[in-house]
Parts: sequence; structure tokens; C-alpha cells
Amino acid sequence: MTMVIPIGPQHPALKEPEYFRFEVKGEEIVDVDIYFGYAHRGIEETFARRNYKHNIYLSERICGICNICHSTCYSMAVERVAGIEPPERAKYVRSLILELERIHSHLLWLAVAAHQIGFDTLFMLAMRDREHVMDMREIISGGRVHSATNAIGGVRRDVTREQVPKLLENLDKVERSVNYYINLFQTDRTIRSRCEGVGVLTREDAIKLCAVGPVARASGVKTDIRVDDPYAAYPNLSFEVITETDGDVMAKGMVRLREMVESVKMVRQILKEMPNGPLRVPVDLKIPPNEAVQRVEAPRGELLYYIRSNGSEIPERVRVRTPTYASAPSLKPMFVGGTVAEIPIVLWSLDVCFACNDRVTLVDANTGKARVVTMEELRRWRS
Amino acid sequence: MGLTTYFRKKSPWLLHFNSGGCNGCDIELLAALTPRYDVERFGVKLKGSPRHADILVVTGPVTKQTRERLIRVYEQMPEPKAVVALGSCPASGCVFHDCYNTLAPLDKHIPVAAYVPGCPPRPEAIIFALVKVLEGMGK
Repeated sequence: MTMVIPIGPQHPALKEPEYFRFEVKGEEIVDVDIYFGYAHRGIEETFARRNYKHNIYLSERICGICNICHSTCYSMAVERVAGIEPPERAKYVRSLILELERIHSHLLWLAVAAHQIGFDTLFMLAMRDREHVMDMREIISGGRVHSATNAIGGVRRDVTREQVPKLLENLDKVERSVNYYINLFQTDRTIRSRCEGVGVLTREDAIKLCAVGPVARASGVKTDIRVDDPYAAYPNLSFEVITETDGDVMAKGMVRLREMVESVKMVRQILKEMPNGPLRVPVDLKIPPNEAVQRVEAPRGELLYYIRSNGSEIPERVRVRTPTYASAPSLKPMFVGGTVAEIPIVLWSLDVCFACNDRVTLVDANTGKARVVTMEELRRWRS
Repeated sequence: MGLTTYFRKKSPWLLHFNSGGCNGCDIELLAALTPRYDVERFGVKLKGSPRHADILVVTGPVTKQTRERLIRVYEQMPEPKAVVALGSCPASGCVFHDCYNTLAPLDKHIPVAAYVPGCPPRPEAIIFALVKVLEGMGK
């Protein structure tokens, strides 16, 4: 059956245009198709036309939410191709901004998840507390969103002694609110009734469909690149890999919330143990032919960069695989068998970075008729 | 100033359209609406439907796939309407200016009332742009 695909207006939650086609039998979802590519800009091709330094800024702008993961992963991949090692202090600064990014990204997830289940007060509260993290990022890098802190061979900005008290103060505020949200998530009746037993991804499916990051960890798969393939300062930091067993929306939320507590601890440890020393090493950017792969644990899971150099200042090939792309096939078992009312929260439980299906198309499997509803209507749907 | 314009100025409703951007401007727009900056206290609200919206806020470098929908969304909005180009991408293409799949700048496709430069612009800048657009709407 062919139909016109109406992707229209976006809704408040920072969404990119994507399209999902659900097949429903009454209220029950029997099948789902996912279409990617509305935000395709042709970045990988552009990577191969610009030099290594320019590409840092391009990699940062693949995603605004996890921009530091992208630029760190890119810089580390180039360092690996060139065979250089950044200084210790640079590694700590990288870990610091990476963990701050994880906290802000998970708080954003919490905010939008609350919005998806119609709990707008929590949405506003989480966005309020997220501003403390944005302030910390601004103190360190000068930018609220794009940090431009990474460079090839180290970092461009230092964390000075004067900045530390303000950072710790904000960290306390964030920790207080995260602990409050953990308690809220476990006890609030609205949240529990919307999240428990919904959108379940079993351990077998998670392994079979190669889910990554918090989605896999919520299904009991202990995978974390920070432990499996340590980078930056993570070998020296002590933290726990959070896993849950249920695989439902609740478990995915709890993994993210508890990860924030670990991240707060890590940031404290980094600020305490950061070694002195230089921030960057000089690099000759005419890199001889070589290739390398680098992985980073982004807030949404494993981010992978592959770089091949050819002796010039311009890389021959850069390949990026983002975590949402890896986790997207897991959406199908999470949706099928569920109800229409669950669509927004189950979709968001993946923390989809492309996410912007303001409208979905429902096809009734009995009559074969298609109709289009908006995300707003879906949120108000009573099953 | 007519009655409708008066009330529209008091409570402009936004429609957010991401034309393939990186999400950076989108989260800053969200930050502008939430408690720290809180433009909702001035009646500025994000709406899901173009037929309810007064101001179209566009982010991103206008990819080929989103162009058609962007124009359709613009055409669906009732008059008078204004477009705010949020961030460097719709203004110039930013780092994506020579990507093969982008069609920036935005003003080649739909008329733009205000540009907010920055990658991404701060929430204060977004609020300033909205105020400027509203001033223009009254005339």
C-alpha cells in the first residue's frame, strides 16, 4: 500500500524529521516501519574534502546534544592514525566534559520523557536543573552547547583553580535533584503506571539486534565502552556500570538516572585528581597512510569513528556510526504488541536522536485504511 | 493596529521546524521556553500545528528532503506570519554550506523576517529576535 507521508510540524522536543509507519489492529500495534534520512546532510562526503582541523568543527555539528562525544571521538581517532598520545591533563579535561555531557543529555531525556507521558511539571523541573549543567559547560568551554574544546593532540581549554568551587557548587545542586528524580521515578503512580512493563526489550532481543548503551544495559546486557575499550581518563576513574534486568521503559529510565549519579561522582573525582601538565602536544597534520577505529560511549551508546589517511592534510575517508542508528532495530520488538497510546514514550525510551515524528500514520490491519494522527493527539490518547 | 494583531502580539505562538540541523539550536529554543528564561510567561508557546502558529522558527541548513515540507508548513500557516531563521545554518549554511544535500540559505525558499546568528545562539538572543519580530508585526 502506498501513501503520502505527512511529516509536518515538529513538537517542542527538539526533534528532527523522521517517519514511522505503524500497522495497527484496533489498539494493538502489529507492525512498524522506520524510515531514516530526513536529516541527511552529506557530512561523511564533506569530511573527505576538508582538512583535519576543520573537520573537528564539522564532527561537532553532527549532533548538538552529544557534540563533545563526536569531537572527542574524532580527535582521538586522528591521534590514533597519527600515532600520538595526548597529555594526561587533556585526557582528564576530555573525561570531565564528556561526563557533563552525559548528565545534561540524560536530564534532557528525563524532561522529554516526562512530557511524553503528560507530566509537564517534571518536564519543566528537569529543564530547570539542566541549566546548572549548561552553566558548568559554559564555565569550562565558553559555550553552552558546542564546546570547541577538543583539538587534535589534546584540548584547547583548561579547567582553572578558580573555576572549581563554582563547578562543585553546581554539581551539588545537580546531585540533589537527580536523587530526587530517582525517588520520584520509583514512587510516583503516574510514572509507574505509564512506564512499567511497557516497551519491553528482552535480553535475547537486545543481543540479537545489537542494541547499544542504556537500551542494552536496561535489558541486562553489561556493555559500556568506557570499561570495554577504555579511553581518555576512564582507566583511572572508579565507576559502576549500571544495568537493569526488566528491559521496559522504567528500566531504561532508571539506567539513565542512576548513570547520572555515577557521572556526578566521576566529575568530582576528576576535579580532585586532575594532574598538572601541558594541554596539547604539537601534531604534524600531514599524516602518512594509515587507518584507525575509535569508539566512545556517548550518552546514547557506542559511537564509532573510522578514519583513513592518505599522506595529505585531508582524510581519505571518515565513517561515523552513531548510537541511535545501532539501536533503531530494537524499536520493533518494543512496539509490536503494545498499544497506540504507548508510542511516544516507547519511542523516547530509546532516546532517539533523530526523533521527530510529529505525526505518525496508523494503518488499520482489518480494513487496510490509513489515517494520520499528530503526536499531540497521541499523547492524549486514552486506550 | 487591529484587534487580532493586538492579541497576536500579546501571545505569539511558535512553530518549530528542524530542517535537518544538529539539534543544538533546537535545545536552545527549548531552554528559552523553560524555567530559566521562560518566554511562556509572555504568552509565547510552542504549538504542534502550523494552522495555530504565528511565527515559524526554522533551524538547520534545509536538506533536500525537508525543503518540500518546509514550504508546505509555511503555506499552511495563516496570515500574518513571520519566519525566524534560528542559528547560522538557515542564514548561511554554517559548516554545511558546501554539503551536497543542503540548500541553505533559508531565504532562497521562504521569506525570512529575522536572522538569529550563532552556532547555536543563546536563549537571550532568541528572545531578542522574537521581540524584534513582534515589533515589526504591529506596523
